[in-house]
Amino acid sequence: MAKGLFSSLKGVHVPHRKNTALMETVVMPPPKSVVIPTVMHIGAPAKPIVKAGDKVAVGQLIAESGGFVSAPIHASVSGVVKKVEEITLSNGRNAPAIIIESDGEMTVYEGLAKPEINSLADLAEAIRASGIVGLGGAGFPTSVKLAIKDIEQAEYFVINGAECEPYITSDTRTMLEHSDLIERGVRRISEYLKPKAVYIGIENNKPKSVAKLKQVFADDPTIIVKALPSMYPQGGEKVLIYNTTGRIVPEGKLPLDVGVVIMNVTTLANIERYIETGMPLVEKVVTVDGSAVKNPMNVAVPIGTRLGDVFEFCGGFKSAPAKVLYGGPMMGTAVPSLEAPILKNTNAILAFDEHDAAYKEATPCLRCGNCVNHCPMRLDPPAIAKAYNSGNMEALVKQKVNLCMECGACAFVCPAHQPIVQRHKLAKAALRDWQNSQKGGKA
Amino acid sequence: MEQKDPKLIVSVSPHISSGRTTRGIMLDVIIALLPALAAGAVIFGLRSLLIVAVSIAVCVAGETLFNLITKRPHTVGDLSAVVTGLILGLNLPASIGVYPVVIGSLFAIIVIKCLFGGLGKNFANPAAAARVMMLLAFTDAMASTAPIKIAADAVASPTPLAVMKGAEGAIPKITDMLLGLRGGALGETCAIALLLGGVYLIIRKVITWHTPVVFIGTVFLLSWAIYGSAGAALVQVLSGGLLLGAIFMATDYVTTPTSNLGKCVFALGCGLLTVIIRKFGSYPEGVSFSILLMNLFTNYIDKATKRKPLGGVKA
Repeated sequence: MAKGLFSSLKGVHVPHRKNTALMETVVMPPPKSVVIPTVMHIGAPAKPIVKAGDKVAVGQLIAESGGFVSAPIHASVSGVVKKVEEITLSNGRNAPAIIIESDGEMTVYEGLAKPEINSLADLAEAIRASGIVGLGGAGFPTSVKLAIKDIEQAEYFVINGAECEPYITSDTRTMLEHSDLIERGVRRISEYLKPKAVYIGIENNKPKSVAKLKQVFADDPTIIVKALPSMYPQGGEKVLIYNTTGRIVPEGKLPLDVGVVIMNVTTLANIERYIETGMPLVEKVVTVDGSAVKNPMNVAVPIGTRLGDVFEFCGGFKSAPAKVLYGGPMMGTAVPSLEAPILKNTNAILAFDEHDAAYKEATPCLRCGNCVNHCPMRLDPPAIAKAYNSGNMEALVKQKVNLCMECGACAFVCPAHQPIVQRHKLAKAALRDWQNSQKGGKA
Repeated sequence: MEQKDPKLIVSVSPHISSGRTTRGIMLDVIIALLPALAAGAVIFGLRSLLIVAVSIAVCVAGETLFNLITKRPHTVGDLSAVVTGLILGLNLPASIGVYPVVIGSLFAIIVIKCLFGGLGKNFANPAAAARVMMLLAFTDAMASTAPIKIAADAVASPTPLAVMKGAEGAIPKITDMLLGLRGGALGETCAIALLLGGVYLIIRKVITWHTPVVFIGTVFLLSWAIYGSAGAALVQVLSGGLLLGAIFMATDYVTTPTSNLGKCVFALGCGLLTVIIRKFGSYPEGVSFSILLMNLFTNYIDKATKRKPLGGVKA
């Protein structure tokens, strides 16, 4: 790609800490019970169809999709439904969760059936039924991405294997351990999408994954495995689309609007597994790491397993955990309790000791420009701060705060430890409220 | 399932940082200035150290007092007041009296920095502003360039810039100018020491090359065009406070543009103004004036050089 000196996207060099990259995934035995929230995706909550006392088996539907942008949920262990109760999720919202007491047998549901696929619509329907959502972190229902009216629209199929967050190696392991699923999945979906080219973007700090997939797709020149610079946030959707296809997703538009269908590599592998076996999304490979964890490793766990149980399986803590995250240290969500369950889109759980979790007091902005010069979206955090602090909503619109993907590159490089991401989240929420009130005023 | 649930910290991402701090950056600037300070002490005598010590002490004490009186949290721990005092001290002649130094330092730290809201809020570079103020208020004390002690054949001389403007005396050899054996402020003459500090700051990624290279490059090329020879242009580059200003003052985060393109525009303006003032002004030196004047444009340069957000559409 010929790109000018000033057109390349910025980012930051984060520490890799891929300690578990060479560790084969270990399957965790079923825990005593699992907590499966009905909200593990973007969109409407799923509707529970089981009640206390029901016997369920692995893969059995326990909550159906709550709308077009939603996803069904399946039992991840076999056993008895203990109760359906409201729990508080780590984002502060309440949602019903289905609690299943495991019988330890992991009996597979008898009614599992392989989907029959003859068209793109069939494929989208199958993915909808599988309960698969964006497993790279966002949790956007994957079937919605494939609800394409005009097949000509999909010019590029981009597979996201960048895995740019520190620590996380679950995608890396998927690429190494399930390259066969990825191979058949890419070819199968391409058959229906008919893209001009398929790009598989992987950061170059995963040479084994790059080599493996290059070898797998050596025969097809339209499937391009691209080793990308290890520059965070390489795996950001818009960043990866730009760095593979050269296309820019405009504000307020979706990748498909610029001819791109993009999917995380683990999402793809799970889709293929469902198509081949009929087993919906009930298990996740998560990287367990962080300074407080005794034995960091990759673990395959039933969805709904409490974090405490997973850490215990990994030898427990070597020092008291002070902060526990869903996901990586750049964008991960801090959880308030070890009772929190593994969700569909959980790709890592990290536990940090007191030293690593230490809160850094913010000092005045120096105007050093690090945030400006490292923002992959080319935003201006000091200008956004000025607009937000003065309540100037028009200025917030002008500064394009809604383009911020909250990757945290700005806050990572800020020597003053300014809470930039937090401010952008608040600014977006304030802007949303303001825009809603504007609309309300007009109506 | 009963298990011990530890108290966990919940905060917004990111949960790691680059490890860089304001204090760390200031410490790097101090380290980068030490060679120039040492050179000043050797070239102009130990009185140099006294002058710098006074300016640092007054800046630190001034900021502490200001914070006490206005009931603000203490900020001297970020070392920015030390940097201000150090840079201002290096901008003064070794022969200056202690009293003007105290006044100048108070002006820099109280009037220019604290009254505008402290670190990050001041629009003008405190050291540049104080140097200009002192040049106007204490013209004699500031103008009298100290004699060079160690160069036996060097007589007490006006600065090379003054010579080029018609004052009596000889322009020193280039090697002497690189070593700093010339008249001038105590920390501005030793080119080697200043360049060393600049390289250190660039390696440590405290500053980028843009400002010093464009600032110095502009002065060099424009002087070449005006004076007709590369040699004369080189004398211009090695004279006055250009290196100190271009490496340490025009790169001040607070008072200069944030983007690299903006830094280039800022530095270009500084270079142009420096040459114009040196050539046509009544003062021989123009670096501090040019930085101070360009500080006024920082906001506009920032706005004009703003990058278009990726995928941003006009509202």
